[in-house]
Amino acid sequence: MSKQIHLAAHFPGVNNTTVWSDPRSGSQIEFASFERLARTAERAKFDFFFLAEGLRLREQNGLIYDLDVVGRPDTFTVLAALAAVTDRLGLTGTINSTFNEPYEVARQFASLDQLSGGRAGWNVVTSWDAFTGENFRRGGFLRQDDRYTRAERFLRTAWELFDSWRDGDVVADRASGTFLSRPDAGAFAHRDAHFDIAGRFNVPRGPQGRPVILQAGDSDKGREFAAATADAIFSRHGTLEAGQAFYADVKGRLARYGRTREELLVLPAATFVLGDTDADAQERARVVRRQQVSGQTAIRHLEQLWNRDLSAYDPDGPLPEVDPVVGENTIAKGRASTRMFGDPLRTARQWRELAAANKLTIRELVIEVTARQTFIGSAATVAESINDLVQRDASDGFILVPHLVPDGLDEFADTVVPLLQQRGVFRAEYQGTTLREHLGLAHPDRRPAA
Amino acid sequence: MTELHLAVALDGAGWHPAAWREPDARPAELFTAGYWVDLVREAEAGTLDFVTIEDALGVQSSRSDGPDDRVDQVRGRLDAVLVAARVAPLTRHIGLVPTATVTHTEPFHVAKAIATLDYASNGRAGWRVQVSARGHEATHFGRREIPDQLGPDLVADLFDEATDYVEVVRRLWDSWEDDAEIRDQATGRFVDRNKLHYIDFEGRWFRVRGPSIVPRPPQGQPPVTALAHAEVPYRFAESSADLVYVTPSDVDDAAAIARRFAPPSLVFADLVVFLDRTAAQASARKQWLDAWDGATYTSDAAIFTGTPAQLADLMLRWRAAGLDGFRLRPGAIPHDLTAITRGLVPELRSRGAFRHAYEADTLRGLLGLHRPANRYATVEGTR
Repeated sequence: MSKQIHLAAHFPGVNNTTVWSDPRSGSQIEFASFERLARTAERAKFDFFFLAEGLRLREQNGLIYDLDVVGRPDTFTVLAALAAVTDRLGLTGTINSTFNEPYEVARQFASLDQLSGGRAGWNVVTSWDAFTGENFRRGGFLRQDDRYTRAERFLRTAWELFDSWRDGDVVADRASGTFLSRPDAGAFAHRDAHFDIAGRFNVPRGPQGRPVILQAGDSDKGREFAAATADAIFSRHGTLEAGQAFYADVKGRLARYGRTREELLVLPAATFVLGDTDADAQERARVVRRQQVSGQTAIRHLEQLWNRDLSAYDPDGPLPEVDPVVGENTIAKGRASTRMFGDPLRTARQWRELAAANKLTIRELVIEVTARQTFIGSAATVAESINDLVQRDASDGFILVPHLVPDGLDEFADTVVPLLQQRGVFRAEYQGTTLREHLGLAHPDRRPAA
Repeated sequence: MTELHLAVALDGAGWHPAAWREPDARPAELFTAGYWVDLVREAEAGTLDFVTIEDALGVQSSRSDGPDDRVDQVRGRLDAVLVAARVAPLTRHIGLVPTATVTHTEPFHVAKAIATLDYASNGRAGWRVQVSARGHEATHFGRREIPDQLGPDLVADLFDEATDYVEVVRRLWDSWEDDAEIRDQATGRFVDRNKLHYIDFEGRWFRVRGPSIVPRPPQGQPPVTALAHAEVPYRFAESSADLVYVTPSDVDDAAAIARRFAPPSLVFADLVVFLDRTAAQASARKQWLDAWDGATYTSDAAIFTGTPAQLADLMLRWRAAGLDGFRLRPGAIPHDLTAITRGLVPELRSRGAFRHAYEADTLRGLLGLHRPANRYATVEGTR
């Protein structure tokens, strides 16, 4: 039997994937935009909606970065409001484990799970940068080495809080005057190197027991953390070969935690451009890539790798002769992607060679190396690609990132989803009510603790 | 005469600890969205100014020094900001004022949560600031100790921290000018970064750089509200809040308290209410609730038992003493909530003291508060 595909809708974020200059582009902050995308995702029977988080406006060259979308809402508040206008769609979002405390986050997620009838999901991220920490009481104190330790302790502490109430603790029996089945519902005590807390948790257990846990770590430590604790990985390996390698790697790590391969889903982020024909889609993709990478954006992007001011360079001219500044990135702040370049000197050399071989300008080079969409083609082609990647174990599905707010998912919902449904690889109707049920994950009480 | 303002304070099954045992109570649904949606819609049907939603960073208790072992009262609650957000898309006019605690939490998070609630409700968000002076809530965070017996210095510190906290939140709300988002095709700029502002707050408890990640909320500054019973919190409310809830014991007390708050601060009196067709019935109902609970219910606020008409009389007398409005705490829900919306409200309307329909789109509008200028905005040409 074919594997079932899982699909999620990522609200377009604050990087240059989101095309705000298009006349169809709507508000990035009005609730109506979030409602619109969530309703489309639910109409298409998607597993979940996803909302990212950022806790400091990005800066480059010491100034607030103004070329991409700036500003976004609070994750929890939007997800709770979306619970009012959707019925089955999972509601997931990023919440940072560095600039929060477990008691508060656990009560927010338990509340969201209650208020959504069991649809909450948490993308646990961790950061350590003092730049973001400048917005917080206890900011900037974490050593890089400690970040996964802290995130792991944070998550396990939150689990203790979720588990401190059991199903059935609230009996609310008028006749006997018994509201609680036991006087110590919610009691907890936790002590480790990061958290020393005790008392009574005050939100009764939600329908899912614990929210679904997503993680996005890609390093060895990050993958191990995910294998030990996550229900799904938000990966960045959307192609066949890279996807298969990542998939095999993380699924292979599960056994040592006593977990089966079905207990961790691999969901790469994916962008897409559809067209009436493949050629039409290619042309549209080319236009979108140029919208995403203006000349200025190309220079700014190059600066993130070069780690130096390149504003004097012409985006329609050749790449800089000077080499990147190696070491701490001082040019771009609040941008996780600066950590992904690896060795900047080698990457710069590769980019120069690529530009020379294909006679590319700075802008053309940046378009070439950064902005290519994951899926480009007619609906039939894209449906075929998605299914192929899932059936060949490059992923369990995709977290789709439209480039337009708020209706960037409409065409996919209307044309690709029906084809996947016809193939019997994507649900035609929701079978369950909770996000765990959509993802085929057991309730935590029926799964051995890691 | 000018109309008075009217809010209800929602908490669990009502403010009496035995309220959940009333035949019409919905105790098994206290942790579901449907329950809260129904309550707020009922309040909206009565054209109330706003609802507040209680919250705390610990379980309810009959003791002041920590959790008790009782299983016969409601224990557990949902996060109030998220309850308000869940209700926002399903209501149109009523203000939504969740409680959020300032003592162990991050001003950056609360600022963006209330700003986002303001977006999700199209300008109907407010905030009830709450200080946690409870030792057993401090142990839930493990970052500081708060003794069970509070000395005056600690009380002063907690309210000083709250003052700084509200200042940070207000600065963050203003850290984007209203027209900061420009989407300028010619220059490729999404925002005019000259209209985004670092707040650079430095105080005893925290430093916050800013700007917020959320653009300025629709109301500019969602109303900040606080409950105050004594001198230190009065001073906090005077300096930090747009609206203060006070707990006078009688009309003279109401007059004395109201005198110390200068406009434009709004002063609401809190009252716990048990309402029935006759005063005897209301009083009897409170007594049987007390009997169920095994104790006579007392409160920081005055407790009223009687008919909606008698309550209207009292409110108009107190209002004449200088109050702007009332926040009523229903003793039992739904009984006393519907007695407010379907009994008291018509009574007040018939005396020309309350609106017949909503006349504004935002909470500030309902309260008669102007949308404030942005503290960081410069007059054109002076930058």
